[in-house]
Amino acid sequence: MSCPINSKAELAKLSPEKAEELDVYLTSLPLTDDRERNRGFLIQSLHKAQEIFTYLPSVVQVHVANRLGLHLAEVYGVISFYSYFTDKPVGRYKINICTGTACFVKGADKLVEEFQRYLGIKLGETGTDGKFSLTGLRCVGACSMAPVVMVNDRVYGNVTTKMVPEIISDCK
Amino acid sequence: MIDSPAKLKSHAENLSKNSKPATTILVSLGTCGIAAGTRPINDMLKAEIASRKADIEIVEVGCMGLCHSEPTIEVVNNASGKSVIYGKVKADQVAAIIETASKGIEAASCTVINRSWFYPEENETATPERIQARIVLKNTGKINPEILDHYLAEKGYQALSKVLFDMTPQQVIDTVIESGLRGRGGGGFPTGKKWAFAAAQKADQKYVLCNADEGDPGAFMDRAVLEGDPHSVLEAMAITGYAIGSDTGIIYIRAEYPLAVKRLEIAIDQAKKQGLLGKNILGSKFSFDIMIKYGAGAFVCGEETALIHSVEGKRGEPTVKPPFPAIEGLWKKPTVVNNVETFANVCAIIRNGAPWFKKIGTPGSPGTKVFALAGKVKKVGLVEVPMGTTLRQIIFNVGGGIMNDRKFKAVQTGGPSGGCIKFDQLDTEIDYESLKRLGSMMGSGGMIVMDEDDCMVNVAKFFLEFTLDESCGKCTPCRIGNKRLYEMLHRICDGRGTRETIQNLKDLSNSIKDTALCGLGQTSPNPVLSTLAQFEHEYLAHIDEKRCEAGVCKKLLKYEINNSCVGCTLCARNCPANCISGSVKQKHSIDQSRCIKCGVCMDVCKFHAVDRK
Repeated sequence: MSCPINSKAELAKLSPEKAEELDVYLTSLPLTDDRERNRGFLIQSLHKAQEIFTYLPSVVQVHVANRLGLHLAEVYGVISFYSYFTDKPVGRYKINICTGTACFVKGADKLVEEFQRYLGIKLGETGTDGKFSLTGLRCVGACSMAPVVMVNDRVYGNVTTKMVPEIISDCK
Repeated sequence: MIDSPAKLKSHAENLSKNSKPATTILVSLGTCGIAAGTRPINDMLKAEIASRKADIEIVEVGCMGLCHSEPTIEVVNNASGKSVIYGKVKADQVAAIIETASKGIEAASCTVINRSWFYPEENETATPERIQARIVLKNTGKINPEILDHYLAEKGYQALSKVLFDMTPQQVIDTVIESGLRGRGGGGFPTGKKWAFAAAQKADQKYVLCNADEGDPGAFMDRAVLEGDPHSVLEAMAITGYAIGSDTGIIYIRAEYPLAVKRLEIAIDQAKKQGLLGKNILGSKFSFDIMIKYGAGAFVCGEETALIHSVEGKRGEPTVKPPFPAIEGLWKKPTVVNNVETFANVCAIIRNGAPWFKKIGTPGSPGTKVFALAGKVKKVGLVEVPMGTTLRQIIFNVGGGIMNDRKFKAVQTGGPSGGCIKFDQLDTEIDYESLKRLGSMMGSGGMIVMDEDDCMVNVAKFFLEFTLDESCGKCTPCRIGNKRLYEMLHRICDGRGTRETIQNLKDLSNSIKDTALCGLGQTSPNPVLSTLAQFEHEYLAHIDEKRCEAGVCKKLLKYEINNSCVGCTLCARNCPANCISGSVKQKHSIDQSRCIKCGVCMDVCKFHAVDRK
């Protein structure tokens, strides 16, 4: 069932420390021989893996699949379904523009245009230097400050197009 | 360890007897508050109190619901019980607030906010200034969510104690059925009946699932409850567990709510340490444990079968009901799935009885509903009102009317599954049925106010775009039908629509409604149908006159320079497309073939010389 390659060794080539950190976490889970029960830990394992590696390259997917006794296709199916997971590298600064309803009526589409113009990348892309990625997300629940932009964990409220250069220059 | 009901009671009594400082200052530290800069104000308040050695305690609380006025603090005089709420607190006001707080008077030159809610549980009643009723939000904004004793002092875990020692599981279910509590996640299914179905099943294992996957854009009440009063949800889940015969609760929460997750983790840990969760709760034979599972960003996971699949670690695709989760749910065991807000009502119902709860709200929809009021309204925030309150009261009384005194156009309820409600329907008393009659729905309680600058065709397009993004792709009507709807709306916004497009929109919308697999698909055409029903003239203006009244649909706009132009060249210098020409002190003109319709010329012009047509 599991992939024949030694996924931990492959993972260690990426980064031995990160591979070890993920392995410690997976070992701490109460996994059994029951695949269906193990599957219940898949989403939290992927959250942890993405937290460690910032994205989910295929070696990480193979390793998680092996440890949980799942097929790689099942793991990839989950990653592609949920918008929180990504298998592409992301920039050091993740610029998330909220495109929920409250932000939409307060002009989030203008912010999207301005960020795209300013950074020269489209929504969903990462710049070639790997510094910024630009994504839209649906509602962070801070509707009182719409429109909202999140850069990594920092929240900017009542954002106007004029604030775009300022927000970018905060990213040092 | 609190291992008996007597100990719980005496502990709560001791807490209320403990001598309090002269003044308590409540500081609102929910996500909105923190983002609005409440933390630095909090630090300054603490430093000021320390330097004056004032007899004042600071309590860090959850959201007070006054998001429009963050940073918000409430100064409570413990001797008189009087309190003053200050909004938009600035650093230079801190000293004055502390100074006056010790004297028991209001600080001058600060924004004072009148309390617009009453507490039904404390025998308060509505007044013209206080039309909000707080049951669900009773403790948020009042207690520190990270301190268990604060919750215990507010009769916390006494409802659980009551059911464990004075009621049979059947009596608990009967009470909830009698109360008429309906699912606050939007569906409105009677909560007690759901419990009764699950209780009637014979199984070795049953589950209580809390749906905290608040995916509806524009709704944030569940976040406020979890951040401000997490124990009320834990207690209610344990009560549900006792009623249906389950020993395991799972909270499914979206990963976008880190603060709520953190506070839940703290609360679960505290409750376990005190014997209020875990084995033999309060010394009884009943055991109940709660764990947290994380979502990963999928709106469809708010649907209960999809949510269950997600907890099982699968793609969150819904399945056909029946079997209902109450019969065959998580890991094929009987499972009760309730929303956060539904759970937050349960303890109050058990404490005060079903007749008390039924006195609030309407006969068909008893109790209150929390709405997240947002969009173009002056006072954005969380509003909890008795069912049967009118939209006008919510928007114009509690919400203070429309921003910049623009004209009200519509209010959107029910999120991507709901619809838009017009001006002449504002006096409708809202409950589950009345909103449905208006072609909208209760949904989870998002309420987005729109003014004359919002184009309703574009709004419908926005929601369809959302549905397209979030459709799981399992059934054809939703996956392909919604895509076609979106394309038609796109054509209309671009001025390429015909009268036939409108008929096609209606036909396809009805087909999707009838044939889609789950709640998301069946309700996805609602924004189209409701805007078509209420604002058909706007659709027709786009089609017949190629005109967008609100000035939103770019392809239909035209910018022209009128005779007020003095030739200052400001517009030409700011035009990103370099399509404005003219010499200094001469009237300028716009090359329409190159204009990208960004509107910068109109924004920068100081002489009102640019018209949008």
